[in-house]
Amino acid sequence: MADMNLIGASVKRKEDYRFLTGAGTYTDDVRLDRQSYAYFLRSPHAHARIRGINTDKAKKAPGVLGVFSGQDMAAAKINGLPCGWLITDVDGQPMKEPPHPVLAQGKVRYVGDHVAVVIAESYWQAKDAAESIEVDYQILPAVVDVAAARETHAPAIHDIAPDNTCYVWALGDKSAVDKAFASAHHVTRLEFINNRLIPNAIEPRAAIGNYNRADESYTLYVASQNPHVERLLMCAFVLGLPEHKVRVIAPDVGGGFGSKIYLYAEDVVVTWASKQINRPVKWTAERSESFLSDAHGRDHHTIAELALDKDGKFLALRVHTTASMGAYLSTFASCIPTILYATLLSGQYATPAIYCEVTAVFTNTAPVDAYRGAGRPEATYVVERLVETAAREMKIDPAEIRRRNFITRFPYQTPVALMYDTGDYHNTLEHALKLADVAGYPARKAEAAKRGKLRGLGYSCYIEACGIAPSNVAGSLGARAGLFEAGEVRVHPTGKVSVFTGSHSHGQGHETTFSQVVASRLGIPIEDVEIVHGDTGRVLFGMGTYGSRSLAVGGTAIVKALDKVVEKGKKIAAHLMEAAETDVEFKDGIFKVSGTDKQVPFAQVSLTAYVPHNYPLDRLEPGLNEQAFYDPTNFTFPAGSYVCEVEVDPDTGVTRIASFTAVDDFGNVINPMIVEGQVHGGLVQGIGQALTESCRYDKDSGQLLTGSMLDYCLPRADDVPSFKIGTEVTPCTHNPLGVKGCGEAGAIGAPPAVINAITDALGVREIEMPATAERVWRAVRQAKAA
Amino acid sequence: MPINISMTVNGKPVTAEVEPRTLLVSLLRDQLRLTGTHIGCDTAQCGACTIHMNGKAVKCCNMLAAQAQGAEIVTIEGIARADGTLHPMQEAFRDHHGLQCGFCTPGMVMSAIDIAKSHSSLTEEVVRAELDGNMCRCTGYHNIVKAVLAGAQTMRS
Repeated sequence: MADMNLIGASVKRKEDYRFLTGAGTYTDDVRLDRQSYAYFLRSPHAHARIRGINTDKAKKAPGVLGVFSGQDMAAAKINGLPCGWLITDVDGQPMKEPPHPVLAQGKVRYVGDHVAVVIAESYWQAKDAAESIEVDYQILPAVVDVAAARETHAPAIHDIAPDNTCYVWALGDKSAVDKAFASAHHVTRLEFINNRLIPNAIEPRAAIGNYNRADESYTLYVASQNPHVERLLMCAFVLGLPEHKVRVIAPDVGGGFGSKIYLYAEDVVVTWASKQINRPVKWTAERSESFLSDAHGRDHHTIAELALDKDGKFLALRVHTTASMGAYLSTFASCIPTILYATLLSGQYATPAIYCEVTAVFTNTAPVDAYRGAGRPEATYVVERLVETAAREMKIDPAEIRRRNFITRFPYQTPVALMYDTGDYHNTLEHALKLADVAGYPARKAEAAKRGKLRGLGYSCYIEACGIAPSNVAGSLGARAGLFEAGEVRVHPTGKVSVFTGSHSHGQGHETTFSQVVASRLGIPIEDVEIVHGDTGRVLFGMGTYGSRSLAVGGTAIVKALDKVVEKGKKIAAHLMEAAETDVEFKDGIFKVSGTDKQVPFAQVSLTAYVPHNYPLDRLEPGLNEQAFYDPTNFTFPAGSYVCEVEVDPDTGVTRIASFTAVDDFGNVINPMIVEGQVHGGLVQGIGQALTESCRYDKDSGQLLTGSMLDYCLPRADDVPSFKIGTEVTPCTHNPLGVKGCGEAGAIGAPPAVINAITDALGVREIEMPATAERVWRAVRQAKAA
Repeated sequence: MPINISMTVNGKPVTAEVEPRTLLVSLLRDQLRLTGTHIGCDTAQCGACTIHMNGKAVKCCNMLAAQAQGAEIVTIEGIARADGTLHPMQEAFRDHHGLQCGFCTPGMVMSAIDIAKSHSSLTEEVVRAELDGNMCRCTGYHNIVKAVLAGAQTMRS
């Protein structure tokens, strides 16, 4: 019998058995008959003109099946990689969109840029042969820093953007903001760098292209968060292939965090090359290639000011940000520091006037795009650092200053385009303060001081916009595609159910959560539900998984399809029971005639739908298979309050997270175990940004200095604590599940909480992320000297 | 010149012809098709390739297949019972949601079993220190730590 209490239950995950026994199938685990191996020769220079490439020796090397460079791509009329979001400049002009060739054409623009591909019988043969490719480079000056990219004599990376500026974009009422600042009682101004991060999903990217000459079809296996988007972009824009002849499969994917959203050069090249050599072509990134060529995240330089009245009420916020796009525009790059950033600057607060200006620049670095949180962590960092600093400057308790400014009435129209539907920020904050035992903090601080440690307390009250996106709104903001989602519910004759979703799971546990939704709505055992995703050959369509959208958008599409199944089921049941359709109700897996004991179970209706010998064929088609598309009417607005306590060792500068409390409002929660797991993971990525992680390029040579896990410091188990997690629920008002999304919260809310705690411990105003032991140690010394 | 090597893998004798530069992880994944052992970093940092060699956890992306000559190797495929019943450590990871995308999981479980065997009692602090060589980007370690403590407890009882 079905468990009717599946919603809100910590159901153990369906996908775990295969992962725990090594039976998962990740892209690199796929082995096709006659498969060959690709190795990409990458640029060793940050900026150089290619005067010539000689591949003759490589072509003759043992085992080599093909060598291709940019010239071959041009000859084959392969287009560059497209950008999916058009940002319009303040002067009304479209953003500068330089070509993004899959293999370099004439110039390389970052260390790791794709120069040529060698395909051989074995990976080592391909790699060995690549060493014999002669590339004649004319090295050019490079620029890697966002501020330096705008200087007058900075080297121009693209001809169409001589000042390296992709766009200057603004949001908000500048004159209202200027006016508010002119009469402000207090102004808090901060300048900061939102440190550039490298996503580092533990599974490196991988792709296998397989052309089948017999039917002129292609199959691409790829570690992707959205296989349908990959297929669409590849067919419609890059390779011009007929879409019905291209199947993209994203099997088990080992983490994404944004980095596997995009259409990458390697995906295109292995697909195209498999036809050229008439063999499957496989490429799997080495970790060093992940560092060099996965899209990076963040990389903002920001000057921000908050104007307050004498009571600490916020009057206005003014923000100027310069954001790196890297060397080329990745798939969603342009919308991250604009649409997903400036729109969030209201935070949880009723700030009446906000103005934000964003300058996006090209640099000789890997492309920058969405990384867990994508714009929202940067916005939260601006707001929550300013708020905490203002509170300290005005000698108001940092929790109290937030209370004085919280939005309390919903729906709430912010001055930066969004309409929050629901939330309870007071309740969430009070819950967090209690769970964190902030009342006991002074005693803990005093005790730490006895041990010679500096203890600090920091808050962060974040908001995010998830469930991207209402397509008309996204379209008006420059999105070149609608961002709805598709779902299909196929009821088999015996009442078992296969659900096809355009969302993609790469750790989120959709096979479990979505099954809970389906099983509870149909009143059938969860074991009777199968979730199918990640295959354009099986799933109708999908926009994929990012921006914490899967349940709110993909889940709603499934719910809409389920509703259609139940509606049709009622018609069939009415016929079977010889009752009026309007008298049939469906509950707990049973169709009943109201007020009678007549009933038929779900499985009888499904059997009737497929093998009808007694069926209203004149009025109803057989079958029980329904599809639905869902276009959200608004974004969802998860929000939460985080409390971080740190202890700093003043002798070494080492910061220990003494405790971390997170109380989140994700709306209704389907599986609390999975949701808490998402929060834990996000928190550690946020703590990583605050304490350990930073991508560095050498400013002169443009070489990536943090190109391995030895140089780029991902948090390890002993860098972080266990967490205290709490939940508040204000259901989302505009989707049937009342859900908001939970995947990115931790990464959004954590960095300012940690930095606020460290600056509190040290008694300093600012410290740059990551607050490494060295930086903290120097800050301790400077604070003492002051 | 290819070389011949032999070893025991998950209780079965194995002989293979490999290039001298073949890594043990490549032998396992590509020749023996034991793809549960993953390659995350190639530099012995992430631990996704952790297996047991002669009863101890080792990272097989940083050793040559030839170095395993005569060794007893156990991979993630070799720790559940023949009927499919999970090892107590695997069960603990499932019970405590100690995995998300699953990519680091085989290495985590293999390390965790070794950690459990190497300590007569465990604390959170010890588990965190011992997991230093295994990276997870999804779970934030919180539930992995819980799983290792619980799995070790079950293994002892």
